[in-house]
Amino acid sequence: MKKFAKIDKERLLLGLAAPVLALLAAFIVTSLVLLATGKQPFDAFQIMGSYGVKSDSQVYILNKATTYYLAGLAVAIGFRMNLFNIGVDGQYRLAAFVAAVVGGAVSLPSFLELPLIIIVAMLVGAAWAGLAGLLKVGRGVSEVIATIMLNSIATAIIGYLLQPGRLAHLDANTNSVHTTVLPKSGWFFTFTANPAAGPIEGFIVIAALAGVGYWFVLNRTRFGFDLRTVGQSESAAQASGVNVKRMVVTSMLISGAVAGLVGMPTLLNESHQYATDFPTGIGFTGIAIALLGRNHPAGIAVGALLWAFLDRTSNWLEFNGYDKEIVGVMQGVIVLSVVVAYELVRRYGLGRQQRRVGEELAAAAARKTTVKEEVTA
Amino acid sequence: MHALVGENGAGKSTLMKILYGMQKPDEGTIAIDGEQVTFHHPGDAIARGVGMVHQHFMLADNLTVLENVVLGSEKLHGIGAKARAKILEISDSYGLGVRPDVLVEDLGVADRQRVEILKVLYRGARTLILDEPTAVLVPQEVDALFDNLRGLKAEGLTVIFISHKLGEVLSVADEITVIRRGTTVGSADPKTTTPKQLAELMVGSELPSPETRESTVTDIPMLTVEGLRLTAPDADGIERTVLDDIAFTIHKGEVLGLAGVEGNGQAELVEAVMGMRHPDAGVITLDGTDISQAPTRQRRENGIGYVPEDRHRHGLLLEAPLWENRILGHVTEKPNSKGALLDPNAARKDTERIVAEYDVRTPGIDVTAASLSGGNQQKLIVGREMSHHPKLLIAAHPTRGVDVGAQAQIWDQIREARREGLAVLLISADLDELIGLSDTLRVMYRGRLVADADPATITPEELGSAMTGAASGHLEHSTAAGGEDR
Repeated sequence: MKKFAKIDKERLLLGLAAPVLALLAAFIVTSLVLLATGKQPFDAFQIMGSYGVKSDSQVYILNKATTYYLAGLAVAIGFRMNLFNIGVDGQYRLAAFVAAVVGGAVSLPSFLELPLIIIVAMLVGAAWAGLAGLLKVGRGVSEVIATIMLNSIATAIIGYLLQPGRLAHLDANTNSVHTTVLPKSGWFFTFTANPAAGPIEGFIVIAALAGVGYWFVLNRTRFGFDLRTVGQSESAAQASGVNVKRMVVTSMLISGAVAGLVGMPTLLNESHQYATDFPTGIGFTGIAIALLGRNHPAGIAVGALLWAFLDRTSNWLEFNGYDKEIVGVMQGVIVLSVVVAYELVRRYGLGRQQRRVGEELAAAAARKTTVKEEVTA
Repeated sequence: MHALVGENGAGKSTLMKILYGMQKPDEGTIAIDGEQVTFHHPGDAIARGVGMVHQHFMLADNLTVLENVVLGSEKLHGIGAKARAKILEISDSYGLGVRPDVLVEDLGVADRQRVEILKVLYRGARTLILDEPTAVLVPQEVDALFDNLRGLKAEGLTVIFISHKLGEVLSVADEITVIRRGTTVGSADPKTTTPKQLAELMVGSELPSPETRESTVTDIPMLTVEGLRLTAPDADGIERTVLDDIAFTIHKGEVLGLAGVEGNGQAELVEAVMGMRHPDAGVITLDGTDISQAPTRQRRENGIGYVPEDRHRHGLLLEAPLWENRILGHVTEKPNSKGALLDPNAARKDTERIVAEYDVRTPGIDVTAASLSGGNQQKLIVGREMSHHPKLLIAAHPTRGVDVGAQAQIWDQIREARREGLAVLLISADLDELIGLSDTLRVMYRGRLVADADPATITPEELGSAMTGAASGHLEHSTAAGGEDR
């Protein structure tokens, strides 16, 4: 049993090595960039650090990370299947828009209103992603291309419908166009630990549940095993009896349903309406976070928190006379280093394990022969 | 001509990779012509006159032989008339009979191999490494290959030859080195050594024989295939008939051996029976149930065990731990799951059992499948499939790339299960295995079952001629010359 423990510990170490290496590389590159612009890197890092741990920053980071986490999960479900769902962006925006319209049109008690909005969002997200899945299995269209196209189509649809007289109103005071504001029963709860820091959005609970569900389904159910099998080897999955085509559609539907949740913290906890300033581009952030978190629910959480931290501190950097784009550079470098580091560590680990298995077997064989020789002698 | 033999995982391939510069040694030296050399990549090896003929051919099908040969070494003799002259010169001097303007896709396996050899010679190799060159050839082709190799030897070239087939090694090699677990355990003189002695050197055990003794065939049909037809587009997108009116029955306790040169429809037949391909016509009946329309999973649940031809593509998740590989293909069955949920503890425990019972050599069940040697991977697969007590076992090349020890074990497992009423569809390129293990033999050629034979009397040579399409119908062994039934 000792041997297993050793290999397991090693796997854990190797698992941690990649993100640590990546962050270190990003740190060094960012420092060089800062130096090149004539700034002191360590001052900048210190400003980020001290500002990031303030209590109002912490709340901001948690809230932002909730959205990022859901986006990371949605992308990760596709990744586990070897599917690249770039369309999380379009899926969550269209889902949030339709959910906002439906939620604004009815006024039900909270226990009906909230599930209605959330389920509508998940269904719309699933349908939008499912289209790409059907195109892939039916017509062989790469899901990458299909989902990128669907992003643009989602933008166009929202742009068409989000106009005064169609499904939106013009706010005379702020001059912004938005959907009907959700009734109070459609607002998600918040909790406040420190009044000065502001409320923590209650949707973080849903996000955490989604993370647990993701882990459970993938690691503890037959369905999850089939899904991972397809991701690791389509040919082996087919031979093992998985209907690969159906699995492609199913996993796109699930990925899209989770993507539908991405807009919910914003809609239910913050804006309560879908306006022209609804956040965009979170689907792409989700790709980076899923990569950073290695498709593991805990890793994605760390990635989401890191991203939210970087977002939060970028404004403060600007305030202190730094270019806020430095954070963009940092994020880009992190993603690149993560991809490179994972591949390097994976190869190293695989080679090392092969060697180790060989060594242990040789040692075992050597022991056996010595025993035999002693017996014969 | 030097032969290198050893069990699987003994380090033959690693040694070859080092000699060809694909891998770096930690210690030790290599000397060529008495001169010490270090190879950093295959280019260095080529420059030193070392050439490698891989087990899996590395040829571009849609190019001609000439184009394939000059590809990558255009600088040597150009790509035109000079190159052609050089190719013909090499081909003539070693009797390879290569035609430079034929498309590679139109060539048979043996011809492709000659192209590979010519490719290496064209690059100026004086030392040739051949990795299991006979694995894909029928006996007649093997003889032709050995004639070619003897020709090379006569011209003063050195040939290093890796093989599992001890009989071949003894007939062709001048010197034999046996390696086991990464070290040289001995060398043998082929003139004075018997295959049995050589096998004992390799594994320290006796050479197993695939022979089945008493017949266990019953008259209860287990698998019946009728009128199976399958068309599939080939590499150029043209619809071709790959299975044509296939019909056979395997009874309980019967091993039906399917002989045939690879690419004559055996793989497609297996995939059609497994439900991985959808035939255009035909009925497949398993134990009285029509499964023609059943999905793969249902067929597996109904009792088809599957030892796939390509274990890396169809039998394993290479980067997953052994216990997850134990679940693969049987995720809906006990002990792997309860209802919709996996049961990792039970699966792990059962993996431990398989590892112990089937002698899978591994330090634990948490290592990835990729870190096991080929033979041990195969033992795991056989153990997994047998653990679910299949009614029908489809065994495609069950002992390919497996060492002598593991081979005997796998044969024993098949025989054992057959005694208990298992029906087996056996496909193998190893004709000794096929003849020794089967109760009934059929020969497949160009998608049709063209001949049948009695394994008790047929010889590999007779079977081989039917595999190349030279004979059909019922093959009758005769002691007189040319007695094959047409």
